[in-house]
Amino acid sequence: MSARKVGEAQPQPEDGGSAQVSQSVRASKSSDDSDKKSTDRKLKDVDICVPIVYGTIAFYLGRKASESQSHKWTVYVRGATNEDLGVVVKRVVFQLHPSFNNPMRVIESPPFELTECGWGEFEIAISLFFHNDICEKQLDLYHHLKLYTEDESGPQSTKKPVVMESYNEIVFPDPSEAFFARVQNHPAVIVPRLPAGFNLPNPVINDNMNENKCGDTKDHPLSQWFLNFSEADELLKLAAARQEVQAHIVNMRRKLNLMEGVPQLSKPPSGFEYA
Amino acid sequence: MDAKDILGLPKTTHPLSQEKKSRPPKESQRKPDGISREVYALIGGVPPLMPAIEPSQLKKRPPSDEKITWQWLPFTNSARKDDLQLYHWVRVVNGAPPTGDYSFAKYNKSVDIIKYTDEEYDKYLTDPMWTKEETDQLFDLCQQFDLRFIVIADRFPSSRTVEELKHRYYSVSRHILIARAASPADVSGHPLVKEPYKVTQEKERKRALSMVLSQTKNQERKDAEVLAEAKRIAESRARMVARSARELELPVTFNDERGIVPGESISPLSSTVAPSTSMDNTSTLGTLRLLRVYLRTYALDQMIIAASSSAGLRTIKRVEQSLQELGVNLKPRVPTKAVCSEHLELRKEILTLLNLQKELQYKEADGSSYRDSTYETPGTPKDRTFVPDSMMFGGERVVKRDQKRKGPGRVSEAPSSPAQSKRPRKLKATDL
Repeated sequence: MSARKVGEAQPQPEDGGSAQVSQSVRASKSSDDSDKKSTDRKLKDVDICVPIVYGTIAFYLGRKASESQSHKWTVYVRGATNEDLGVVVKRVVFQLHPSFNNPMRVIESPPFELTECGWGEFEIAISLFFHNDICEKQLDLYHHLKLYTEDESGPQSTKKPVVMESYNEIVFPDPSEAFFARVQNHPAVIVPRLPAGFNLPNPVINDNMNENKCGDTKDHPLSQWFLNFSEADELLKLAAARQEVQAHIVNMRRKLNLMEGVPQLSKPPSGFEYA
Repeated sequence: MDAKDILGLPKTTHPLSQEKKSRPPKESQRKPDGISREVYALIGGVPPLMPAIEPSQLKKRPPSDEKITWQWLPFTNSARKDDLQLYHWVRVVNGAPPTGDYSFAKYNKSVDIIKYTDEEYDKYLTDPMWTKEETDQLFDLCQQFDLRFIVIADRFPSSRTVEELKHRYYSVSRHILIARAASPADVSGHPLVKEPYKVTQEKERKRALSMVLSQTKNQERKDAEVLAEAKRIAESRARMVARSARELELPVTFNDERGIVPGESISPLSSTVAPSTSMDNTSTLGTLRLLRVYLRTYALDQMIIAASSSAGLRTIKRVEQSLQELGVNLKPRVPTKAVCSEHLELRKEILTLLNLQKELQYKEADGSSYRDSTYETPGTPKDRTFVPDSMMFGGERVVKRDQKRKGPGRVSEAPSSPAQSKRPRKLKATDL
């Protein structure tokens, strides 16, 4: 029985001969396997990033509205560029308000969305479950279902929905080699460039990986309402703000240096304005 | 002070009176017997830790029954090899001089140097590097100078290093010991046999010592820093391991936070642990790496907490205020890696700026405390420092400052002069 201790480097190549990778090998917690699968070997100091957008789109039902069902809304999680999230996400569980029947709704395949009718706003808990070779833990998101706009001017339109979307990025630190190999060329996933000569095992595709085309949301019926999230604006604003702050810092430092050079003044210098 | 007590007048809060208040309880503890009160106070006013010479002893000494004379008598020193006779004063009691050896003879100690015979030399001690003559010389010097090898090396006729001399001496002694012993077991406990002298080890040890000794202060500081850093990393690593062990045991819970929780559902733990521990950026990054999955916004929040760990709540609020005034979202709308990194850097820079402003205010306050109070119209130095603020932040800051101040106007220079240097600073602390 070859019991391997955690953290031991593997001297002999296995599972496809990635001998040169053995330096970056970090043994996982599975101690009963006699040979390490590619799911257990991790790439250190590498992050896989999946940008997502999640939120709700709510339509006022107008004439068809009733007391208990005034709006028809859809809650969803999509790739930020509308690519198929199925490559990473196994299923999504939406936890609705207890007043709904079966408040725990499980969506097993992309597009990960759920449409319901109701009258009230509440917080929806969205739990993302990932494929086995990625992560066993789920990731929880929370989104407030918005049915009404801020300005309650006039009647609600049935044509224009109330859209609330949030952008975020899922980060997988130190991903397994198998995961990396599987997604490295997928448009929904951002992977860093690996150093040349890196030998990854061949990607293993399971049946439930949802590799079919219809998982993306590019042609989704609601796609016209999707918001655009471009980092350019924010980056510009941040850069401008930083410049301003930096200029003030320089100013302050100069003032401080001047003060240190000047001895105690006996009277206030002229030329300053008093508030 | 006593007069006021007698008269029943209230004591003022003058700082000097505070000292006098604390004195009476101390005085009541005094219990000097044999020495006057002032002398007792000089010593420290408290009973001594160790019993000193009894004052009674100092007074009565002359033994009434004995007859003491002092005589100039010759004496011999057993430590001397010759029979030199010297003279000194001797205390004679009842006509009988003191017996015994010269009192300092016992201090004449020397090292036991092994002395070998010629046969022993030929049998056990021959060495290609050493002639018999040299070895004899070495042992003579050892005897003469009590194994002080530095001196021996200096006096040795041919130039040999201290290590060579030591090596020769100890190996010779060792061989003689083993040779003369009845059985090897007898001497196996002897330190010479158990741990023989090693030349290379000694050379290394001395080299390392000299290196440490010749380190500049700069190097010393750097070494201390590196060690402290290593200690911190080791500690944080231990903490992370402990934390990840705890994380795996926690059940999945939903959180009321408006924000996002990490995938491992450690939010109850992390929200209490993270702010309380002062993590710096590197340990935050390390903790993040231990998670299997997390959200970019969560990572940013953790980094912000780590960066603001040294700042108080008010400072953090000021940072957020500055962000708003600069037109930047408190939480980025598109939190990509680049945006989050820029956001974090911006926050750090604002913190730096705020600290510089604080520094400037302190410096100005220091300057103003020396000035005559008549020169100052209320708020003079403060306004000067805040003009740049209002340029940057649209003047709201100055207004807010006024609103925050309670009581008398802007700068209360009213209090008495000794406390003046303290006052401005106090105000600043509350403002920030």
